[in-house]
Amino acid sequence: MESSIYALDAKIPDGPIQDQWDQHKFATPLVNPANKRKYDIIVIGTGLAGASAAASFGELGYNVKVFTYSDSPRRAHSIAAQGGINAAKNYPNDGDSIFRLFYDTVKGGDYRSRESNVYRLAQVANEIIDQTTAQGIPYAREYGGLLDNRSFGGAQVSRTFYARGQTGQQLLLGAYQALARQIDAGTVDYYNRSEMLEVVIKDDHAVGVIIRNLVSGEITSHSAHVVVLATGGYSNVFFLSTNAMACNGSAIWRAYRKGAFFANPAFTQIHPTCIPAADEHQSKLTLMSESLRNDGRIWVPITPGDNRPANDIPDEERDYYLERMYPAFGNLVPRDVASRAAMRMLDEDRGVGPLRNGVYLDFKSAIGRLGQAKIEERYGNLFEMYERITDENPYEVPMRIYPAPHYTMGGLWVDYNLMTTIPGLYAIGEANFSDHGANRLGASALMQGLADGYFVLPYTIGGYLVDYLNVPPVSTDDPVFVEARAAVEEQTNAFLAINGTQSVDHFHRQLGNVMIEHCGLARSREGLETAIDEIREIRTNFWKDLRVIGTSDSLNQSLERAGRVADFLELAELMCIDAMDREESCGGHFRLEHQTEDGEAKRDDVNYAYSAAWESMGSKNAPLLHKEFLEFEYVALSQRSYK
Amino acid sequence: MDLSLKIWRQARANEEGEFKTYQAKNVSPEASFLEMLDEVNEELNATGEDPIAFEHDCREGICGACGVMINGSPHGPQSGTATCQLHMRKFEDGDSITIEPWRATAFPVLKDLIVDRAPFDRIMEAGGYISVNTGAAPDANIIAVPKWSAESAMDAASCIGCAACVAACPNSAANLFTAAKTQHLNLLPQGKPERYLRAAAMVETMEQYFGSCTNYGECEKACPKNISIDFIAMMNKDYVRAQFFNMARQGQK
Ligand SMILES: Cc1cc2nc3c(=O)[nH]c(=O)nc-3n(C[C@H](O)[C@H](O)[C@H](O)COP(=O)(O)OP(=O)(O)OC[C@H]3O[C@@H](n4cnc5c(N)ncnc54)[C@H](O)[C@@H]3O)c2cc1C
Ligand code: FES
Repeated sequence: MESSIYALDAKIPDGPIQDQWDQHKFATPLVNPANKRKYDIIVIGTGLAGASAAASFGELGYNVKVFTYSDSPRRAHSIAAQGGINAAKNYPNDGDSIFRLFYDTVKGGDYRSRESNVYRLAQVANEIIDQTTAQGIPYAREYGGLLDNRSFGGAQVSRTFYARGQTGQQLLLGAYQALARQIDAGTVDYYNRSEMLEVVIKDDHAVGVIIRNLVSGEITSHSAHVVVLATGGYSNVFFLSTNAMACNGSAIWRAYRKGAFFANPAFTQIHPTCIPAADEHQSKLTLMSESLRNDGRIWVPITPGDNRPANDIPDEERDYYLERMYPAFGNLVPRDVASRAAMRMLDEDRGVGPLRNGVYLDFKSAIGRLGQAKIEERYGNLFEMYERITDENPYEVPMRIYPAPHYTMGGLWVDYNLMTTIPGLYAIGEANFSDHGANRLGASALMQGLADGYFVLPYTIGGYLVDYLNVPPVSTDDPVFVEARAAVEEQTNAFLAINGTQSVDHFHRQLGNVMIEHCGLARSREGLETAIDEIREIRTNFWKDLRVIGTSDSLNQSLERAGRVADFLELAELMCIDAMDREESCGGHFRLEHQTEDGEAKRDDVNYAYSAAWESMGSKNAPLLHKEFLEFEYVALSQRSYK
Repeated sequence: MDLSLKIWRQARANEEGEFKTYQAKNVSPEASFLEMLDEVNEELNATGEDPIAFEHDCREGICGACGVMINGSPHGPQSGTATCQLHMRKFEDGDSITIEPWRATAFPVLKDLIVDRAPFDRIMEAGGYISVNTGAAPDANIIAVPKWSAESAMDAASCIGCAACVAACPNSAANLFTAAKTQHLNLLPQGKPERYLRAAAMVETMEQYFGSCTNYGECEKACPKNISIDFIAMMNKDYVRAQFFNMARQGQK
């Protein structure tokens, strides 16, 4: 693969890492409060990242427009996060600190993230807990009225704050409420059921967006001084994932096609604790929060092919394989490690359940130790959810779980200011390539989304805006807007004109099968080459044989999905190219060619300690690779070991 | 199993709608209700008929996007369950199922089973928040919150905003939603300073869009999150106090 000789400039501030953020805030020019209303900011997305950013901009006095394809901000995919949010408050007095949270996150990410960004994340995390508590998030409390914590994978301290099993819901409601307050105050204009279909660029700068109203089909142009993408992750490229049905990669993909670099697209997270598929009509997979691994023990039968019911298998015939393989962390190893171990159990024909596609997560000893009431208090809603889906009672029979696509560490490349390679275009939350390197630790996505939206972007954006004082935004009559709108209209009509025989889901399922097989838990050069051929074939068939019924001037859910799947069909190829380029195993990226004798990931820090940022060279050409070389000054590079 | 489905079809907001009957064959009991509709839509797409529009996103009972009347009950026969969490094993082979959108004047149908629930957002904008700017918060453990109060606030805050309460109410009242939203904040020490202003603003906005509560209690039965109507009583008390509080406040001017 051709790669560029120019190193990317991440604009990391000078000085010791502990001081960088403070120094940078001080050095960034401030926008005079009276001038803030002269700036227009567009935010796409009302998940944790988008809602928190839009609300904070509104409070500061900027003119904000915020768009979401949902009917209400409260529906964003963030609502589904269950387990919790990390911070280094050290309330339990168990040795936590900002440095330890930073250290754990860099190590958990398998040394493929940018130290400075991660340090800042760990620094502002405590403020998030203060902010959200003040907003009225009903976090779990001790009897004395103080905040309770629990532990999550990849950490040996208790630093996760939670609101039952509904932490994402509560945090999103908090951000939505802050946003509602600004909508009421008139600082934010809010557009629901509105999908962004293009970023508009003039003279290499982002100047606005093209939006389709999902009810009327009307396509409109909106201009601003800056555009912020807070559009979430792309796990739905696998068709079956834990993401909400509408989650998609279109906003960031269209920005990529307009020149924003896409970093580490192959870094995807497959979450170890999801409910296995029940049949071939399955439309999505449900996550069982990782917090369950605090009290549940994971096992499979020792004997391959053993199909006795779980409770008939005596303890000595069970293999608590995580406790056996990783005695130091046991059931709390990071996600990538736990997922791969489960895959190996299935490969050894030790899977359980009717389709033999799961492993057990057993609460028997925890119930014995703590009593059912305590378990119910901790996980009641998760147990209920499980029972509803599987018709099995997890207080009596162990849960069945299996890994499923869950989170994408990859995303648009951003510098320290969270700006993409297109000036004026920012990416926050799961949409950027984030602070999680090659693997995200549990309870760190909520932290990052809210850090970006509440505490980072509202500061860094001023550094770009100061140059635009009294410069009006580009008119929406400008040819760049007219052309972008015409292109969107053309594509919308193109889907309707194919008039083939197959539905959008048909192609999406096909793509998902290819991706999970070749670009999922385990990857190989050969498999990835096959995948690329197959993706191209599905793409060709999609454009020949798709059938979308209805019109473009009304609510048309198939049409909405067609656009998203068309983009997934391109993004999938870039994921495979990136996975092929990275001749090492790290975090969620496991190359079969690169493993130790006992099957652990083998990282190659000499050749691959970089973030891969891909530049689009047009749809006919191979993308160009730019490398951001990563330096590890504070966390010494070492082979991760959870043994 | 085989099912006969009577489904409300309506192309646009301002057009007339009607029931149409469809046969769903070989439905797997493991399928969820929405997966069953997905399959029907695949068939419709194959035969050239416009697929049925219905709202959904998380498919795990948390986002509140889904929600239809199933045989006259919001979210169907299983209590404490959103439409997306309902599984076909709760039905019998040969059943006829009537599926229609929420019916309430405040929620016009946009297409087929999709309604516009925007008035809920207007209620929130009127006061469903604590006024605290980003960065202005004190340390989280400065204010101890009694466990019962955090738990009770959490019970209220579990509302997913699906609007089944409105659909279930003979008066199309939104008191359960509004009560859940006001009391989530009013029960916490952090929410106390704006308690009465919030109650007044949200209740008054609610009344602009929705009917009046006459204590039928249907909302509680329909709520997929089992939110208690006790919160309505608490809200009413706050609302009454708000009148005195506002008089007192006016006196200070
Ligand atoms: C089941 C589940 C459980 C999880 N649990 C945890 C947890 O316990 N702890 C944790 O830290 N993380 C957890 N995560 C991860 C975390 O929830 C997400 O990474 C995070 O919420 C993403 O937030 P976001 O704001 O970046 O994006 P999202 O919440 O996905 O929001 C994206 C927004 O963008 C909008 N949008 C997207 N594209 C467009 C477009 N083209 N036009 C207009 N609008 C658009 C959407 O409408 C939406 O409002 C979990 C994830 C899942 C799937
Ligand atoms: S689809 Fe989210 S609650 Fe049903």
